[in-house]
Amino acid sequence: MIKKQVAIDSKNIPANVRFFLWLPAFLFLLAFFFYPLTKIFSLTFDFSTLTNENNLRIAFHALRFTFYQATLSTILTFILGVPSAVLFSRFTFRGKSLLRAITAVPFMLPTVVVAAAFNSLLGSRGLISSLFPLSSAPSPTFHFLLILLAHVFYNTTIVIRIVGNALSRLDPKLEASARVLGANTFNLWRKMIFPLLRPALLASALLVFMFNFTSFGVILLLGGSNFSTLEVEIYVRALQLPNLNLAALLSIIQLFFTLIFSILYTRTINQVNTQSPPSFSPPQKPKTFKERIFVATLCLLLSTFFILPLLSLPIRSLTRLEADRAQRGEIQYGFTTDYYKELFINRRNSLFYVPPFQAAINSLTYAGVTVLFSLALGYPVAAALAKPTKLDNFLDPLLLLPLGSSAVMLGLGFILSFGRLISSPLFVPIAHTIIALPFVIRTLQPAIKSIPDKLRQAASTLGASPLKIWQTIDFPILSRATLTAATFAFTISLGEFGAALLINRPEYPTIPIAIQRFLSQPGGLNYGQAMAMATLLMFLTTASILFIEKTRLNQSGEL
Amino acid sequence: MKNKLLNTNYKLLLFSFLFLLSSCASQPKTLTVMTHDSFAISEDVIAQFEAENNMDVIFLPSGDAGSMLNKAILAKDAPLADVLFGVDNTFLSRALEADIFDAYQSPVLSEISAEFILDETYRALPVDYGDVCINYDKKYFAENHLPVPQTFEDLTKPEYKNLLVVQNPATSSTGLAFLLATRAYFGDDFLEYWKQLKENEVVVVDGWETAYYTNFSASSGQGPQPMVVSYASSPPVEVLFAPEPLTESPTAAIVTNGMCFRQIEFVGILKNGSARNLAEKFVDFMLSKTFQEDMPLNMFVYPVNQTAQLPELFIQHAQVVSNPSTLPYDEIAANRDAWIEAWVEAMK
Repeated sequence: MIKKQVAIDSKNIPANVRFFLWLPAFLFLLAFFFYPLTKIFSLTFDFSTLTNENNLRIAFHALRFTFYQATLSTILTFILGVPSAVLFSRFTFRGKSLLRAITAVPFMLPTVVVAAAFNSLLGSRGLISSLFPLSSAPSPTFHFLLILLAHVFYNTTIVIRIVGNALSRLDPKLEASARVLGANTFNLWRKMIFPLLRPALLASALLVFMFNFTSFGVILLLGGSNFSTLEVEIYVRALQLPNLNLAALLSIIQLFFTLIFSILYTRTINQVNTQSPPSFSPPQKPKTFKERIFVATLCLLLSTFFILPLLSLPIRSLTRLEADRAQRGEIQYGFTTDYYKELFINRRNSLFYVPPFQAAINSLTYAGVTVLFSLALGYPVAAALAKPTKLDNFLDPLLLLPLGSSAVMLGLGFILSFGRLISSPLFVPIAHTIIALPFVIRTLQPAIKSIPDKLRQAASTLGASPLKIWQTIDFPILSRATLTAATFAFTISLGEFGAALLINRPEYPTIPIAIQRFLSQPGGLNYGQAMAMATLLMFLTTASILFIEKTRLNQSGEL
Repeated sequence: MKNKLLNTNYKLLLFSFLFLLSSCASQPKTLTVMTHDSFAISEDVIAQFEAENNMDVIFLPSGDAGSMLNKAILAKDAPLADVLFGVDNTFLSRALEADIFDAYQSPVLSEISAEFILDETYRALPVDYGDVCINYDKKYFAENHLPVPQTFEDLTKPEYKNLLVVQNPATSSTGLAFLLATRAYFGDDFLEYWKQLKENEVVVVDGWETAYYTNFSASSGQGPQPMVVSYASSPPVEVLFAPEPLTESPTAAIVTNGMCFRQIEFVGILKNGSARNLAEKFVDFMLSKTFQEDMPLNMFVYPVNQTAQLPELFIQHAQVVSNPSTLPYDEIAANRDAWIEAWVEAMK
């Protein structure tokens, strides 16, 4: 009896159960994503936009630049990402998990902080320019390079994760036999490894491309005034130079492309996942001279590229640059903890003063609620997707759509749909959940899928109760994946993705909001405090990601 | 199973009923005020107002002035708040055309200089003003023995090549104000002037934060440009928020020859709001001496109420802008988008 039940459970989920698995997430996205978007589009989209030549010209320009920068960014990300994936999946070396964690940190940081980090490094008094003085005028090319660099900085971790996981799942026997048959390294990679990695390469390329495609803050903050992607143009047309018709047209274009990428992505990532898990080739210490050179060079490169900008924040938050303005001369550098102390002083007795601990607690609370929401909604869907039917595969890409929808338009849709309710603090974790959900599902699904049916069947044949089976087989695998998914949701919320969606309640300030408030006023103390807050956020994020790394499932192709 | 379902339904109903009840009971006592993100007020000042009038005031910072206004217009029929503060003279016409405000002739208007009362229908009442001017790094100009430019024309001279950073008027209100100052000064030829500025390698960035903290050399960002478009009140703020006590501000504003643009900010009672009485009290409060004297050190703007005293910091460190540029608000409204588009085209 038990045996039969288990067999049914694992092979085929009945349609009505499937329905209930999808229902919570479906209702959630319907209420907080599709409904608000429909509402704003039905109000603002007008077919006459399509005949307005000026509008079409703007849309075409934005689309062209969006594709151009996204393609270049993706290529650059691959140039750094693929060797790094090889490094992390094939070799062990000291400080590996820390370095791996650090490459993932930027992905979770708010753009303001990343821009500040880049500026304190590459700005005219930053480290790089004091070593290699550039010509004084930053040209548009320089800004464009900054954009591309920032995109690489953000997204390399995606390639490392997806391609790295696929690499470590390749059967070492295949490689060994190819070598015995006389294949050299070049041929081995060209004829065997690359073809086997193709789904992983494609999936990561699509995901990176999608993130670059919808890039907003990076373009706005680092690009100067000459560059605008679709998302930037939507923001300008929706809020600054009001032309909501055009904004609606642009967001529909962006959604359309996101949908295409999502469909392609879900197709390819499922190919990655369905590859049979063969015997493992554990990472090894670099042995040959060539390998040592490879590992050393890449470690150095990655450390420079990732650690320097990130390190510049804490350094900046502890440095006083100008000792005394009245005395002219060279800038004096000095160590100071004043900015951190100042965080605790409400100098102007302002109602909008943000006590740092309160901001941290608020951020953590929102993040906690986001974790609960996204796990509650994501678990059932992940379970359904682990044994997908055609319908599941059809619905799957829709879950990724929020990643490509314009935050500004969705925010306006919120206003139309929910009115005064949106000032409720509950809307903050709701907005964060919309973004966190795809990540949570993508993390849980392969873990649920990886639970071997044979193990379960064997256990039940040997007389284990369903509870016992769940306890000894399902739980150990799922608990780690759940932890990883939770940490994803947590850091996404901490970094406040999609903050532009909302009307922020000053009673419940968060760390990113505090940073923004400090940066909106002149004065050395304000800047220092912004850096101090950014440092705090960075440490919280790094700690969370190290936590993911420690509990990471080696066998699952997360994300 | 069915029983349980019923039970949860019942609980849900009870909850929503209680929620409705509580919101009904507290609604007349709560006033919601939509503001831009730069709004600030002292804790004790608002607490006293709340205590005296037996009400709770909720502030909703809703983005920059432009974003806030567009959100308010979109939500016109079911407003997110009862009062809206922070529409300035560059946006005033749009607010009035969209007809989001109810008229209210506050008795406190008698204390306010007539020059600031732009809307004669009393739908938008003036609260504060400030001037957008170029700020410069005193040290840079002294060290390089460079005279500080005194006119718009000076800025096109080769000695100031690549020394000025401005904000994109399409994404920044200070950028727009500076654009309007040039429009007021040069008339229809302002785009010619901008082409000359472009020749002289003026730097354009998205917003005030980037301009001030990344590009400006006298701020903590230690950037490359010694001149930035900011406010006439920024130099005193540098003193207020200096890491070490300063006797003199490291920056100063260029306030001569119409190079500053005057921004006036307004408050209005939103149509279809739910608390007209409370809203009137709050508007009176914003115009009153108490709020007007609290405002300068919170938002770094000047009071419009003639009885309000300026804080010591402003008297010591702020420069007086004698002849700021202005443009009629309806002219701004009629042309702002076209001017910005033309500017974007010219600067490409």
